[in-house]
Amino acid sequence: MESKRFLRAYNSCPVGLRDIPLVSTAEFRETVVRSVADGARLAALFGRPHGPNTLRLLAVLARSREGALFIVETEVSDCYPSLTVDCPQAHWFEREMAEQWGVRPLGHPWLKPIRFHYSYRPGYDAWARSATEAIQPSVTDFFQVAGEEVHDVAVGPVHAGIIEPGHFRFQCHGENVYHLEISLGYQHRGVERAMLGGPTSRSAHYMETLAGDTSVGHMTAYCQAIEALQGCIVPARAYALRAVALEIERLANHTGDLGALAGDVGYLPTAAHCGRLRGDFLNLTALLCGNRFGRGLVRPGGVVFDLDADQAKLLLEKIGRIYNNVTTAVDLLWKTPSVVGRFEKTGRVLRQTCEDLGLVGPAARACGLERDVRYEFPSGIYALSHIPIALGETGDVFARAYVRWLEIQRSVAFIQKQMEMLPGGPIRAATGELPPERLVVSLTEGWRGEICHVAVTDVEGRFAHYKVVDPSFHNWMGLAMALRDQQISDFPLCNKSFNLSYCGHDL
Amino acid sequence: MLKELVARCKLGYGTIPFPAKEPILPDRYRGCPVVDTARCPGQCRVCAEVCPTSAVKVSADGLHLDLGRCLFCGECETACPVNAIRFSREYRMAARRRQDMVLPGTGTGTARSLDARMKRLLGRALRLRQVSAGGCNACEADTNVLTTVVFDLGRFGIQFVASPRHADGILVTGPVTENMKPALIKTYEAVPAPKIVIAVGACAIAGGPYAGHKEVHDGVEGILPVDLYIPGCPPHPIVILDGLLRLLGRIGK
Repeated sequence: MESKRFLRAYNSCPVGLRDIPLVSTAEFRETVVRSVADGARLAALFGRPHGPNTLRLLAVLARSREGALFIVETEVSDCYPSLTVDCPQAHWFEREMAEQWGVRPLGHPWLKPIRFHYSYRPGYDAWARSATEAIQPSVTDFFQVAGEEVHDVAVGPVHAGIIEPGHFRFQCHGENVYHLEISLGYQHRGVERAMLGGPTSRSAHYMETLAGDTSVGHMTAYCQAIEALQGCIVPARAYALRAVALEIERLANHTGDLGALAGDVGYLPTAAHCGRLRGDFLNLTALLCGNRFGRGLVRPGGVVFDLDADQAKLLLEKIGRIYNNVTTAVDLLWKTPSVVGRFEKTGRVLRQTCEDLGLVGPAARACGLERDVRYEFPSGIYALSHIPIALGETGDVFARAYVRWLEIQRSVAFIQKQMEMLPGGPIRAATGELPPERLVVSLTEGWRGEICHVAVTDVEGRFAHYKVVDPSFHNWMGLAMALRDQQISDFPLCNKSFNLSYCGHDL
Repeated sequence: MLKELVARCKLGYGTIPFPAKEPILPDRYRGCPVVDTARCPGQCRVCAEVCPTSAVKVSADGLHLDLGRCLFCGECETACPVNAIRFSREYRMAARRRQDMVLPGTGTGTARSLDARMKRLLGRALRLRQVSAGGCNACEADTNVLTTVVFDLGRFGIQFVASPRHADGILVTGPVTENMKPALIKTYEAVPAPKIVIAVGACAIAGGPYAGHKEVHDGVEGILPVDLYIPGCPPHPIVILDGLLRLLGRIGK
């Protein structure tokens, strides 16, 4: 990568806002497209207002070979040539920018809103809607498939189970799905905008409820960003406790997902046991901080609750016991041919598709891609203590399920190791004001995959921009691809094998 | 089949004995706050300043905490120099009326059951449709967990159903986003009368951390009539279960 076109950065290492190279729009496009073709991944792409009529587009490219991030900016007004045609990873980012700032990516093949709200720049709207025109969720042009006996199946926003809302349209021919179109935005609560001018007393609560099942993950990413900006030295004990909480979060969700996958193929023993065991892991998080989702545990500077020797012993004892039970419950899956038969070759995502779309987390690892922030861009205790990457090959439901099982085993071993060599000392360092005009990219491997937060400060050291990229933002398109040429009845199974966040996407 | 039976023997029986026995809650569990107005000198207001959702207010008539807005973050407890607010381990927190959620008060925790007619209709078999209206998936997850073998909601005759047409009421989570408001109303309208509404979590009661955002409606209040409020961020499953059972007259008077 050419250094003059990019600013080289690292996970949670702030850079000066003025040091980011500002290139022409054509050069920006070419640089991003070329580096992605060369193996980099688009971790974030967003617009931030700069002056009354101009918008700065900022791209963060992640290059795992070097463990480095590359940042570049360009300036646009109301339109620019779309990147998506040559770089499919930019697809939803460009739609997001069009919706937020009314900037049109010319030549975008599928330009539609993703969260259904008014533009943040008065007078600019990518679809030339007036400010008085009502915007209704999912009222938009849907992908069309024509032909005899072709039909649409529309589901949601309210689904059959207790899950978040989203609208799904299957373009079908009989039972066969040609394509699934996913329309979200129902959970949009305006988080990114509310972060502006912060941090405030609510900032931490926004982070912990971005995706409620990833409270520790998003909060860790936020704290890393704040701490890096301030140059705060976080105590090693806090890093270790955060990592323990983050891995327990992964254990709870992966266990729940394996149970739900079993339920979706009608195999109830594992479904029933894993439903309970997921709760046992959540109770471990409550042992750390009183809340099953880890609310109030991680805060800038470290963690709020310490573990004494007795509690540490209790945690180790409990995790061993729960893990044995999970092993018993999950082993049933792999030993039941009818389950394995339903998992195999269902909802397959090709490795090339996965690379093109820039999928992250277990969904990417199930296709054989070594994508794991804990390994590629380690921060906190992960920089000192490694965790092996769990890989699959086949990219189907089986691989996504099996990667989760491998990760359960490795996370338990990791927690046991951390608890046995828990560093001493304090659990929280003092924090102060944020420095002016800095930018930091903070990456954390949440249980769904890469969580990317980008914080930008203004001249007074307040948030001038706060960008959140939940792993779901990269992966929803992966689910759509997994459904191609599947039976529509396979949808619940495919959906659960990704288990993506609606609120983390909608923000 | 044999391996499933062996696993069942190994893993044992998982259902908790609640409500016959008191539930086991984590040591650090933050339950219902206790507001001791006598301790509060009423001048420092530090509790109100640290509260992210203005749940704590110090006015001329003393210190008040609105349980419906509370995120149970414990910031007020940590900040208060005289211990006027502390979090107890009390899990009985559900209330029937919004005004009963302001502490100190006597309304929370002992939510009255439905009236005799409604109890006759719904008391033995309550079917609920859950609507996530901007919830972060924590309230949803801890509602869902009630259907596992641990809490075994089915033994109380309570069930979550797929269609509002099959339901006796709705259980709402989330601050009610602008984009979910029409679907929430349509779902409610599709439930045959008589019907009930249950608001679970700080978001559904008063908007939670999102209160005041133009993208949300600060909870169910003002959109649908609420029959039961269950506070928390998210409420522990036991808090939800206790509330549901009180509503049906299975616990307390």
